[in-house]
Amino acid sequence: MPKQSRRDFFKISAALTAVTAGVTSTKIKAESKDYIPDKAMGVLIDTTVCIGCRKCEWACKVAHDMPTAPLESYDNRTVFNEMRRPDHTALTVINEFPGKELDRFPIDVKYQCMHCNTPACVSACIVKAFHKHPNGTVTWDGSKCIGCRYCMVACPFQIPAFEFDKAIEPDIKKCDFCFERTKIGMLPACVEICPNEVLTYGKREDLINIAHNRIEIDPDKYENHVYGEFEVGGTSWLYLAGKKMPELGMPDLPRATAPGVSESIQHGLFAYFVPPLALYAVLGGVMWINKNRKNSETEE
Amino acid sequence: MEEHLKPMPIKQKFLTPGVWALIIIAAFGMTALLLRYILGIGAITNLSNQYPWGIWIGLDVALGVALAAGGFTTAALGHILHKDKYHAIVRPALLTAALGYTFVAVSVMTDLGRWYYIWHPLIMWNGNSALFEVGICVMIYLTVLYIEFLPIVAERFIGKVNLPGFLSAFNNSVDRFLRFLDRVLDKTMFIFIIAGVVLSCLHQSSLGTLMIISGQKMHPLWQTPVLPLLFLLSAISVGFPMVIFESIISSRSFKLKPETDILRGLADIIGPLLAIYLAFKIGDMVIRKSFVYLMEVNTVSILYTIELVVGIIIPLRMFFSRTLTKSIPGLFIASSLVILGVLLNRLNNFVVAYTPPYATSAYVPSVGEILVTLGFVALEVLIYRAAVMFFPVISQPKPAASVSKYSAKGV
Ligand code: SF4
Ligand code: SF4
Ligand code: SF4
Repeated sequence: MPKQSRRDFFKISAALTAVTAGVTSTKIKAESKDYIPDKAMGVLIDTTVCIGCRKCEWACKVAHDMPTAPLESYDNRTVFNEMRRPDHTALTVINEFPGKELDRFPIDVKYQCMHCNTPACVSACIVKAFHKHPNGTVTWDGSKCIGCRYCMVACPFQIPAFEFDKAIEPDIKKCDFCFERTKIGMLPACVEICPNEVLTYGKREDLINIAHNRIEIDPDKYENHVYGEFEVGGTSWLYLAGKKMPELGMPDLPRATAPGVSESIQHGLFAYFVPPLALYAVLGGVMWINKNRKNSETEE
Repeated sequence: MEEHLKPMPIKQKFLTPGVWALIIIAAFGMTALLLRYILGIGAITNLSNQYPWGIWIGLDVALGVALAAGGFTTAALGHILHKDKYHAIVRPALLTAALGYTFVAVSVMTDLGRWYYIWHPLIMWNGNSALFEVGICVMIYLTVLYIEFLPIVAERFIGKVNLPGFLSAFNNSVDRFLRFLDRVLDKTMFIFIIAGVVLSCLHQSSLGTLMIISGQKMHPLWQTPVLPLLFLLSAISVGFPMVIFESIISSRSFKLKPETDILRGLADIIGPLLAIYLAFKIGDMVIRKSFVYLMEVNTVSILYTIELVVGIIIPLRMFFSRTLTKSIPGLFIASSLVILGVLLNRLNNFVVAYTPPYATSAYVPSVGEILVTLGFVALEVLIYRAAVMFFPVISQPKPAASVSKYSAKGV
């Protein structure tokens, strides 16, 4: 079954939801009221200039006090022989793909949390351990998390990772957009170290304009698509590439936000507690009627 | 209609060869469980960053909740629709539900990476999260089930309070307290019974909402916005088969006369309930045109077909056949098929249908996961057996001659 038609199913599903839940999308409030789209920052990843030096992988680990091998060892390109994923030991990784046919250069792609505009993890988390900040950053709070791993089930990019090997205080690990650094005006560690200006940090709106400009200037070099502009309602991190992103290890996602369907059902079922209370009243009525009928029968 | 004696504790030997087998299974399970708490989840499960949830969620939790649905369906039938005929099965179903949900809670805790924070959802709310809704509803419902069970405890001890040693001085006051409790509960029980049914409807359906947020990661055969409705309908239709299944097994194991009359009455209700579930399942498939995935033969399409045919269509046909529902084996097989169908459905929804975008290998439960799951089941059966020997739960059909009114007091 080709991917495209699979997407159609979800479109139909989404349409069905409106009927099922009996609510329109206007009912869906963005979870984090403090997220301000105008203030959202982001990073534009131009994969066409990435040389796969993996310095960002190293810098990210250092910035987060995670154990890492010395910087020199990152020159080893044999890691590209297999596809890797960000996990609890590395919040970002680079994978390498063959280049466009006539092109000699391979394509290197960086992966990390996308910091979605409407994050599935924030919507799903049972205790609100995930939070979306005004600048778009999505962070995880270890003092709340109960380790249920529902965030992992929810994330369309398969990003949150769990320390399965720990019996006590296992953490959920994912890129935190270097929140502690950006707070004090520093660049995210990966952006700062990148030698080739693959990563551009800036306002999400501006980055989208820059991306479209680059495509306009050099339409042969780029696929005419800014990945992350609309995917699952838009993401803070954006990609430009010479190939379609689904060929470069990113999922082919619809424009509908990931938590939309689920939240509208939730709010439909629980709209101001009216449906549960109504059910209670109806059942109480039925019980009363039946009881009275029984009583009058026995009296006769 | 058969008359029933008041429910009484069953006076029989606890240990039989079958019980020994269960004890051994439970012991293995608890050993694996201990390892999980000492070494962590990763050490004894095959869960990974690709497959965050396995059979502990799919079976122990989701199936556990579904199979405990007998509690609220019989409560609705016996108390809300006031069909006195069914009062004899309300207590066994209530005990099953109370035990079932207790084990659901223990299973949830086992699966939580930070199990000691299980109370966090009580004070940290996320109204957008389906899991939050399930968690809160299950917690409240479990409390309601225990309250509903209290009169049975009171009945067991009223007039028989006999505390050891110096505590015997309190015998009278405890007895008075129990009588007071019994009176209060008798007056207010209807509040809890209705609340139990409402809470059940809520979380049975919200369990279905759980996987919706996983979007494309869930196979389109199962991923549908009507999942909550399908979960609710399947829970309602598996409630009575579960009661029949248990009643037949426990009457065999205690060598009692099966409650043929009551079970046949239940069987007549199951047919229509299954038909409604089937109608929605097929309707959803047609509207979303997801049947195209059944054209190709693979694990997913085969499992879906088994779930549909063996778990719904065949038992549906059986429950509509007068001759089959007249015989105890017929009832037993048909009920078992419905249970199997729901088992497969929950497993499919939470495990089989989950296809993460970067999966490198499929998830297969580890020996440790299976041991824990089986261990919980064995333990649950053992506690059930002990409970019906200690508390007045099971009421036996009365020998035809002496007829006295069955008292539904406090149930
Ligand atoms: S990519 Fe996943 S983890 Fe990151 S914000 Fe989006 S949903 Fe959350
Ligand atoms: S694992 Fe932690 S962060 Fe993830 S959903 Fe559960 S409680 Fe929230
Ligand atoms: S933004 Fe920070 S946490 Fe995220 S990948 Fe870059 S260095 Fe790592």
